[in-house]
Amino acid sequence: MEPGLLDFPSLGLSIAVKLLIMVGFFLTAPLVAGYMEHKVLAHQQDRLGPMEAGIGPIKHGVGQLVADGAKFIQKEDIVPTAADKWVFSLAPGVALVPALVVMLVLPLGPGLFGENLGAGVFFALAVSSVSVLGVLMAAWSSANKYSLMGGIRAAAQLIAYELPLVLGAAAVVLQAGTLSLVSIVEAQADFRIFGLLPMWFVLPHAIGFLLFFVASLAELNRPPFDMPIADSEIIFGHMTEYTGIKYAFFMLAEYAGMVVLSAIATVLFLGGWYVLPGVTVPELINWVVAFFGAGPFEFHPVVAGLLGVGVTMGKIFTLVFVMVWFRATFPRLREDQLQRMSWLILIPLGLLNIVVIAIAKVLA
Amino acid sequence: MPTLPKLPRPPQIGLLKGLGVTLKTMMSPSTTQQYPHVKPDLPPRTRGVIALMEENCTVCMLCGRECPDWCIYIDSHKEVVPPKEEGARARTRNVLDRFAIDFALCMYCGICVEVCPFDALFWSPEFEYSTYSIRELTHEKEQLRVWMDTVPPPPELDVGADLPKEIEDGLKAARQAAEKAAAAAAPSEAPAAAGKAGGDAPAAQAAEEDIHVEAQVDQEVFDQLVAEGKSERVARAKAKAAYVRKEKARIRAERAGGEG
Ligand code: SF4
Ligand code: SF4
Repeated sequence: MEPGLLDFPSLGLSIAVKLLIMVGFFLTAPLVAGYMEHKVLAHQQDRLGPMEAGIGPIKHGVGQLVADGAKFIQKEDIVPTAADKWVFSLAPGVALVPALVVMLVLPLGPGLFGENLGAGVFFALAVSSVSVLGVLMAAWSSANKYSLMGGIRAAAQLIAYELPLVLGAAAVVLQAGTLSLVSIVEAQADFRIFGLLPMWFVLPHAIGFLLFFVASLAELNRPPFDMPIADSEIIFGHMTEYTGIKYAFFMLAEYAGMVVLSAIATVLFLGGWYVLPGVTVPELINWVVAFFGAGPFEFHPVVAGLLGVGVTMGKIFTLVFVMVWFRATFPRLREDQLQRMSWLILIPLGLLNIVVIAIAKVLA
Repeated sequence: MPTLPKLPRPPQIGLLKGLGVTLKTMMSPSTTQQYPHVKPDLPPRTRGVIALMEENCTVCMLCGRECPDWCIYIDSHKEVVPPKEEGARARTRNVLDRFAIDFALCMYCGICVEVCPFDALFWSPEFEYSTYSIRELTHEKEQLRVWMDTVPPPPELDVGADLPKEIEDGLKAARQAAEKAAAAAAPSEAPAAAGKAGGDAPAAQAAEEDIHVEAQVDQEVFDQLVAEGKSERVARAKAKAAYVRKEKARIRAERAGGEG
């Protein structure tokens, strides 16, 4: 694997820089997603959402989540008497850490990634599934029947929807011929539909993308698949007994999960940091400049990388927006409908998709 | 035997329609008012708080007795007012000591305002009086008097409506007083009739004011006004007024003639 921009000759330095960037991304991106959820949801319900808390002169509630975080820290940390204290306290961390670890392999821009793992897709999907362990731990240790029911629903949902998620991703892997996330982005740049038109994988893999997106909604317990935390039935599922900062961790895990799964979808289907199919931002700028007769510019790799990060972020937050949009629009599925949809529709569709992709790949 | 759930139908177009609705709502501006920054524009008859016009209150206790929540507290004492003239009877009157409304209990039914026969209670749109303690919600008459200043003026009368009775009475009294003064100031004008007419004039005047004339359209005036180019509606109103004026003057002259 070729080294990325963050690989310095000194191992310690590169680890430090990578960790710093990863934690920075981890602390900001979920907040942006959360703020988007606040505002988009509010406007879609004909409200304004948070308007007061601001960061400096920027108002419109941009500081709302920071203020919420400060409030969560002040709250009393209640542990039920009957709870299994250790497991109860560990669960939010277990739910949160996988999102953090997945960020290690996410390529955000050209050369800007923590580690270009050969088995990137496999690693990302495997690790992101660990978070359900945190959910189950929380559910069991809370000593609350609603928590337990929520946890069991979450587990059943994970089993049902992990398959379409993996099937959707597997088709892309089959097409690209690699498991590395960076190589998949590059493969999309070279891909020509019918050997002519450059296109991201989202078009030939429309079904796969749909499967992946729907399944990631279900993985995240996002509406319309929020049966495990259905407040009208089981209060708040596995989070029922949680208060204060531990509860905040669960919320952060949800937003981080939204960002991470959107990022994986961006990389697998939407061409990562390529602003148009097969075209990076510097190339696009040079095209436009050449149209006006100016000479092509040289972009420093760091600048090009950062521009790529911008494009990736744009795509990630577009997907996050769609997730919020779904939340505002769709009613919750019933538990049996949820299972039925996965086993009877999504999984057969995913298998069919793989077969078709495989045949097309062999023929091409 | 339980009925089997139906097989799911294919996703319907309604899902997309729903997405369209939320997107459209997001694009359209919301009507939310940012309350502490933007004060609400409340209609004048808003039931915000009850204000007391202490000067009007006669301590009749009707409000307190009618209040379904028994949340009006009234204390008073009796005072003897010395007679105005020698030998007359002394009067007693009630003096208000305490008038308080417990707004923690009040259910804003408005019965007290309705029932007060002396126009001492009013609704005010003021609503920002929340407190940290329930005890502070019992407001005494001083505060209720302060809220009196926030009571909006009563709505405009309809065009053509009679003046309110108290204003009519006041105008009448003022007019009579003025005439009395004029008569007293010029007693030498008609020395012959002074003895009789001087005393009777106000009474006659008062009687004159009661002259009632059924309004009719004065055709002459109407034609003239229409010829001048006034609209028919205006001309009719003016013609009616002219008729009433003329008729009143005629009756007054008749009476004066009769008396003279
Ligand atoms: S509004 Fe109703 S409840 Fe309130 S003080 Fe008046 S009569 Fe009592
Ligand atoms: S009904 Fe009116 S006049 Fe009588 S006590 Fe109440 S406020 Fe005073």
